[in-house]
Amino acid sequence: MLELFTDYTLRNVALGSALLGVVGGALGTFAMLRRQSLLGDVLAHAALPGICLAFLLTGAKAPLVLLVGGGLAGWLAAWLALAVLRHTRLPEDSALGVMLSSFFGFGIALLTFIQQRDNANQAGLDQYIFGQAATIVAADVANFALLAGMALALLGLFYKEFKLTTFDPGYAQSLGLPVRGLGTLLTSLVVLAVMVGLQTVGVVLMAAMLIAPAAAARQWTDRLGVMLALSALFGALAGVSGALISASRENLPTGPLVVLAVSAILLVSLFFAPQRGLVWDWARTRQNRKRVHLERLLLDALALLQHGPLTPQALAQHRRESLAAATRHLEALEAQGWVRPGPQGYRLTPAGQQKALELQMALRSQPSVFPSP
Amino acid sequence: MNPDLVIVTTAILVSSASALVGTFLVLRRMALLCDAISHAVLPGIVLAYWLSGGARATLPALLGAAAAGLVTVSLVEWLTRTGRVKNDAAIGIVFPALFSLGVLAVSLYFRQVHLDLDAVLYGEIAYAPLNTLWLWGLELPESWLVMGLLTLLNLLFVLLFYKELKLSTFDAGLAASLGFAPGVLHYALMALVSFTAVGAFQSVGAILIVAFLIIPPATAYLLTRRLPTMLLLAVGVGVVASLGGYALAIWLDASIAGMMATVAGVCFALAFLFSPLEGFLTTRLRRRRQRLEVAARLLVAHLAHHPQPVSEQEIMAEFGWHPRFLRQAREKALQAGWLEARREGLWPTSRGRALGQGPSVP
Repeated sequence: MLELFTDYTLRNVALGSALLGVVGGALGTFAMLRRQSLLGDVLAHAALPGICLAFLLTGAKAPLVLLVGGGLAGWLAAWLALAVLRHTRLPEDSALGVMLSSFFGFGIALLTFIQQRDNANQAGLDQYIFGQAATIVAADVANFALLAGMALALLGLFYKEFKLTTFDPGYAQSLGLPVRGLGTLLTSLVVLAVMVGLQTVGVVLMAAMLIAPAAAARQWTDRLGVMLALSALFGALAGVSGALISASRENLPTGPLVVLAVSAILLVSLFFAPQRGLVWDWARTRQNRKRVHLERLLLDALALLQHGPLTPQALAQHRRESLAAATRHLEALEAQGWVRPGPQGYRLTPAGQQKALELQMALRSQPSVFPSP
Repeated sequence: MNPDLVIVTTAILVSSASALVGTFLVLRRMALLCDAISHAVLPGIVLAYWLSGGARATLPALLGAAAAGLVTVSLVEWLTRTGRVKNDAAIGIVFPALFSLGVLAVSLYFRQVHLDLDAVLYGEIAYAPLNTLWLWGLELPESWLVMGLLTLLNLLFVLLFYKELKLSTFDAGLAASLGFAPGVLHYALMALVSFTAVGAFQSVGAILIVAFLIIPPATAYLLTRRLPTMLLLAVGVGVVASLGGYALAIWLDASIAGMMATVAGVCFALAFLFSPLEGFLTTRLRRRRQRLEVAARLLVAHLAHHPQPVSEQEIMAEFGWHPRFLRQAREKALQAGWLEARREGLWPTSRGRALGQGPSVP
């Protein structure tokens, strides 16, 4: 842990990953709520030809130039996908898939073209596919901070407008807000987030940094502000822990570890978040099932008592079950304090009578499924 | 054997096999699910590679990848069904996680062995002529056998279950009520997509297979409204992309699979611009023509109502037209024979006058 503050490389990697987590988490929140989760995936994949073209045109390997090239290409792909959607009937996912794969294919072709030309300078251009966090230096972190700061500042500036267009575009339009322009601006901000992530997690895995933190944060809250903060926090947490784990051993790539860390956070949130957690859901279902089961038993016992004594034998016959099961069921009712064993079989306790009455009233007040005779 | 021939035929087989199942993926709006499958195939391959003791056998890899594909689909569906995450987000969560596992496993345990990430990512179709096997006394490329079988399998699937596929694609509810088991068909299709993805993975890589699965069918989708035509066109686009991509890749000395994806993308762009159905430029041209025709009819009707020739200024003021637009409309009317130029000015012909009488004109 302490190395985080002393080790130069590790500090840069952790800072870069944390910045990526914060900006990806914050912007991913909006992308997810606007159902544009996979637009980020397209943007990221489409950045590859931009990086290669930027390298071909400038001949330099200045990271910022390459990142800007990648961002522009991603932006172009998103714009093209939206143009295809506006002018044809092609389903949205196909339009996105076409842009993703053709841009990425072109990127691969360009990459090999550059490699074949035997340019000694090119070594490391393919790090942008999976990311290579170990190459992050202080200057890169400064670039990331600049890009992330820009994105977050704009997000803060237009927070109210983004919120409105996300949840009620019709109302936003009627207020005279430029809904389409704001959508474009949000997409452009996602492009900035992708640029931050290219060097750390690379184009292929970038989607996870936009989607998973937001999806995790969504499980904990119903408020946008809290969700944004949580999402950024989860992203940062995943970034730092991924960086730390990858530094603990050799041959552990940072990008996939960051993605796995954020996936783990998501899994925990899915299962254990208060209210929405799946575990609580299952527990609730189990509890309800048990309650309904006991209530049915009580009603059966009541029906039996109206005709004769309530004995395990009678209950077994009534419910068409084994004697052992009937005995167990009566014991369960007794444990609830609803019946008590007497000389002539079980009797309802006052609490049991009260409960049975409530149940009968509830059943009677229910509208009947069958037409009354 | 001629290496060029082997590479091109392999590519054509890959694109045909992909186009056959890809058509249904596009129509069922599952294009991005197959993107997820193609990524998630990686851990399956790694696992199969590890279980089979490091031999780079084709069959375990196929099975492992198909299993990984089904796991992906099931996970995405489970996540969606919990109601906590939307479908697209579920896709975007599952595949990076699985892919990360694969990358991690490769970089931890298979660093030295022959399973490098580059080959997984963009494949190496250029090696297709080198991997051969003997069959019936003939030395055949392995890729022909694998991709040929896969193409045959996909073709048989589409031919045998054509009716069921069509029905469950366009009206899943009706298919279910008629007892066609859309669920079984869905998983069969997914399994075939996984098979195709891994069969092609040695040739074009795990990610570029998406280009072959989605782009040709999407291009065909823009060009036709009929399913059989769409299937044929998709295969055709795939073949064009294979041939064109190979030629370009040789010329530029770049990745063959990457160039094929690029050419497929260019085909899509052309279809988007020039499709007779809803192409971007075609639609604009059609609108322009229709606007001119309406203007010409308006002009003729206006002239027919006036006993004297009407000056250009009056017409432009009447309709708010630009002089150039008036010229174009007049040109159109003259061509159609609705107007004739006399000494005192333009005059409606008998056909032009008949235009105003209503729809009796043929």
